[in-house]
Amino acid sequence: MRKVRILMAKPGLDGHDRGVKIVSRALRDAGFEVIYTGLHQTPEDVVNIALQEDVDAIGMSVLSGAHNYLFSRVLELLKEKNAQEIVVFGGGIIPEDDVKYLKSIGVSELFLPGTPLETIINWAKENIKPLS
Amino acid sequence: MSLAEKVLQNDIRAAARLMRLLDDEVEEGREELKKLYQYTGKSYIIGITGPPGAGKSTLVDQLIAAFRKEGKKIGVIAVDPSSPFTGGAILGDRIRMQRHSSDPEVFIRSLASRGHLGGLTASTEEICLVMDAMGKDIIILETVGVGQDEVEVVDLAHTSILVTVPGLGDDVQAIKAGVMEIGNIFVVNKADREGADRAFREIVAMLDMISWDGRFRPPVIKVQAHIGLGIDELVEKIYNHKKFLEDHGLFHKFFSKRAKSMFEKVLMSELGKRLKKRILADIRWADWERYLETRMIDPYTLAFNVLDEMITINYKGGTNEFSRL
Ligand SMILES: Nc1nc2c(ncn2[C@@H]2O[C@H](COP(=O)(O)OP(=O)(O)O)[C@@H](O)[C@H]2O)c(=O)[nH]1
Ligand SMILES: [Mg+2]
Repeated sequence: MRKVRILMAKPGLDGHDRGVKIVSRALRDAGFEVIYTGLHQTPEDVVNIALQEDVDAIGMSVLSGAHNYLFSRVLELLKEKNAQEIVVFGGGIIPEDDVKYLKSIGVSELFLPGTPLETIINWAKENIKPLS
Repeated sequence: MSLAEKVLQNDIRAAARLMRLLDDEVEEGREELKKLYQYTGKSYIIGITGPPGAGKSTLVDQLIAAFRKEGKKIGVIAVDPSSPFTGGAILGDRIRMQRHSSDPEVFIRSLASRGHLGGLTASTEEICLVMDAMGKDIIILETVGVGQDEVEVVDLAHTSILVTVPGLGDDVQAIKAGVMEIGNIFVVNKADREGADRAFREIVAMLDMISWDGRFRPPVIKVQAHIGLGIDELVEKIYNHKKFLEDHGLFHKFFSKRAKSMFEKVLMSELGKRLKKRILADIRWADWERYLETRMIDPYTLAFNVLDEMITINYKGGTNEFSRL
């Protein structure tokens, strides 16, 4: 039985983990296996965990404003480890221009505050498949 | 290079992928595990069980830190429950073990129970073997911690640690209900809380009522996992138990017992599958249906005849020919 595994991370300095917890629960209720890691990891931690857990996707919540650095660093590390097939998505307060930029470098999707949970879940069901 | 070969070279991605195949019960996983099997049987396996919130993950975190100081390589398998309704799960044990995320000698795997009873997953033993082949000196298993029937860990671990906390009221009762004789070490965690001494004394009193002659009498210790108090003592108790197993030849007996139990498990599950396949492919189904329709024979007799025939034909069990295999 192939199951989709998703790592939900809250890297960086800000301590607001309500959003990421709510999304984690919604993903669980949609049948995903969610690995939740708590606050304040570095991009290196996030990628190490993703590799050990063999996840299909990494979801990151960033409210601190450091999104450009955190997402691009995670993508870079995934490439270094030959793990580009892991889908990276996220959420947070991210200006329009940065959304465009981050998508252009490989972030699959970004959800801004106020996005209905249903939208996120439907997107995850469509776009995250178990690795073969 | 095969996954197994990569695992032997400590390739994290290969190991993680193999664990995934085993957890998902993909046949390829077993093929790779076959190749790894000869390299296993070396790790020391520690099981930690106890109710949710007792501090199991916090304790695992502290044990990792303590064993890492000794230079030991560590594997951790932490199990959380799957939702029986959706099949989804939130695996949160890593939250307490964050500080080890960047240590290359610590491999932590979170698993969802996926409906398996007994506190672990159906794949735990196989994933343990992968960590063993990776050269992990110590593997720590953290159970789900929901039921009181989490006894599977006792079979899979050399040393099993039962964690309880003061103030759960009937928790000590729960321990009494049957697991008293299977824990090798009893930990009263959250010793900073009121009632710790009482819980400690109650467990000691219950252990006093059991006659341990020749067996290892489990020590009871008070711990404050969140600040690391009592961890040195816990490590010492673990080593004491390990020494007891070694002195009594039980360390290696453990692995031979595991091998035998795995053999039986595979044998029985394959037996059912294969016989079923053979019977379904039998060309005489049309005949059988006709016999039944015309009531020439009753279903019981027919079923037993078919089975008898199937099991005796070609089966060389007990003969020399078989034992030479
Ligand atoms: N007061 C106190 N809290 C502790 C102690 N050990 C762990 N905790 C806390 O208990 C909570 C549950 O711990 P966790 O390790 O997740 O428990 P688990 O569900 O058994 O894995 C956490 O908030 C810990 O910080 C302790 O010795 N004293
Ligand atoms: Mg836990």
